[in-house]
Amino acid sequence: MTKEEIISKLTTLVKPYVQNEEGFKNMNEDTDFINDLEINSANLVDIILDVEDEFKVEIDNDSMEKMLSVKATVLVIQEKMNA
Amino acid sequence: MNSAEVKNRVVITGLGVVAPNGVGLPAFTNAIKTGISGITYHQDLKDKGFSCCIGGIPTVSEEKKLEYLTPLQLRGFNSTSILYGCMAGIDAWKDAGFSVDENSSPDYDSGLIFGTGTSGIEKFRDAIYKIDAQQVRRLGSTSVVQTMASGISAYLGGILGFGNQVTTNSSACTTGTEALLLGFERIKAGKAKRMLVGSSSDSSLYTWGGFDAMRVMSYKHNETPEKGSRPMSATAAGFVPGSGAGAMVLESLESALKRKATIYAEVLGGNINSGGQRNGGTLTAPNSEAVQKCITNALLDADVTPAAIDVINGHLTATSKDSLEIENWTKALGRKGSDFPYINSLKSMIGHCLAASGAVECVAAVLQIKEQFVFPNINCEDVHSEITALIATDKIPTKMIKKDITILAKASFGFGDVNGCVIFKKYEESLTGLDR
Repeated sequence: MTKEEIISKLTTLVKPYVQNEEGFKNMNEDTDFINDLEINSANLVDIILDVEDEFKVEIDNDSMEKMLSVKATVLVIQEKMNA
Repeated sequence: MNSAEVKNRVVITGLGVVAPNGVGLPAFTNAIKTGISGITYHQDLKDKGFSCCIGGIPTVSEEKKLEYLTPLQLRGFNSTSILYGCMAGIDAWKDAGFSVDENSSPDYDSGLIFGTGTSGIEKFRDAIYKIDAQQVRRLGSTSVVQTMASGISAYLGGILGFGNQVTTNSSACTTGTEALLLGFERIKAGKAKRMLVGSSSDSSLYTWGGFDAMRVMSYKHNETPEKGSRPMSATAAGFVPGSGAGAMVLESLESALKRKATIYAEVLGGNINSGGQRNGGTLTAPNSEAVQKCITNALLDADVTPAAIDVINGHLTATSKDSLEIENWTKALGRKGSDFPYINSLKSMIGHCLAASGAVECVAAVLQIKEQFVFPNINCEDVHSEITALIATDKIPTKMIKKDITILAKASFGFGDVNGCVIFKKYEESLTGLDR
């Protein structure tokens, strides 16, 4: 799966949690979930569960802690899909 | 008199309700005036082997939920007690003339006390199944806030932006009436200007199952659900489970007058006590002496004589304890026969809403004062002989009657031998707050 495909799926997944629509419109590789999208930090664990379901991967605690931005999340997803 | 001794008068300026026979104030008011039952048959109770297969569940569409909670709040949401509580609470706050704005500053003069028995029991069940399947991490972020007892106050406090006390009380079937009295005390003491008070209870067979096992729910009316809840009737055969939420905005008279708010009624006073599970009281049965004491102390607190009571809204669940409750009222008030006030039980229409019962019934009590009527006791065409021996049958109206009501007493009693009684008074504008 290409990076662009992953970002496209990720965009759909995070949409329900977004509190900053402007940040969501400009979502790109450098977007930070909390600072740019104003996602409630408690919801990050929900996004990770949604990622697991969508990409059929399992994400360990260490990887979870890294998943604060689009870029880091794409890297984790790629790593787990190729594992 | 120093400021600490000043006792604020407390009035009710907003109401909200989610009941089995009516969701929202207009539908509920119409239902209780016309005697509409909200009790229906539920196949899932039958399928799970319940003896009692009828119950009261409010009708709430998916579209309706979105009027109160955001799509994000509804993600992974499985708690009817929180849903009903939010609906009733938001409705009451708006009914009092306030707006709901997620960008408002915290209102440090407004708080809430919103009770429940258990919170989100279906969500709790989901969580237990996941944990037992070694999927604890799959609980996500939604489990804690929906299953903590104070989930309902946490949701409402955030939606409304309250900055005063935000908490949840729990005292079985006394919960809603207790919440009202706790909020009343807080305003009277000058610690808040407004308190949103109420209670809610889940629509769930997991809430109801234990009562079915105790054989205190009626199993004789599964084919005639609307006839099932029969407080004070000779053919009463146990209570019918219900669910929902009721909410009231309590406000200092000063604040209400300043805002030119609509005043539904005044809370004159009340009492909360316990029978200590002594003198006949147990975990599940009342100590009659304490019940009577609760009523007489409520009258003393309100500075009202027993003779002044026009209407009683009882606890009256349709179990064998109904006649004992009537006896306790006759003794506490020193009134019986045709001298007894009118009395009714909302449970005839909506069943026993358990932790929500006190709040839903207080809303109905306040509506009776505001609109000057006594709602009918449906299913009470055959009053129990132990009750007719104590009070005149015409004091238990089976059709709505119009009546000038000045003082109404409402009581709730709960497991744990706990009691609550509140005295409401019709609000008259000529009383300016300076005369008491």
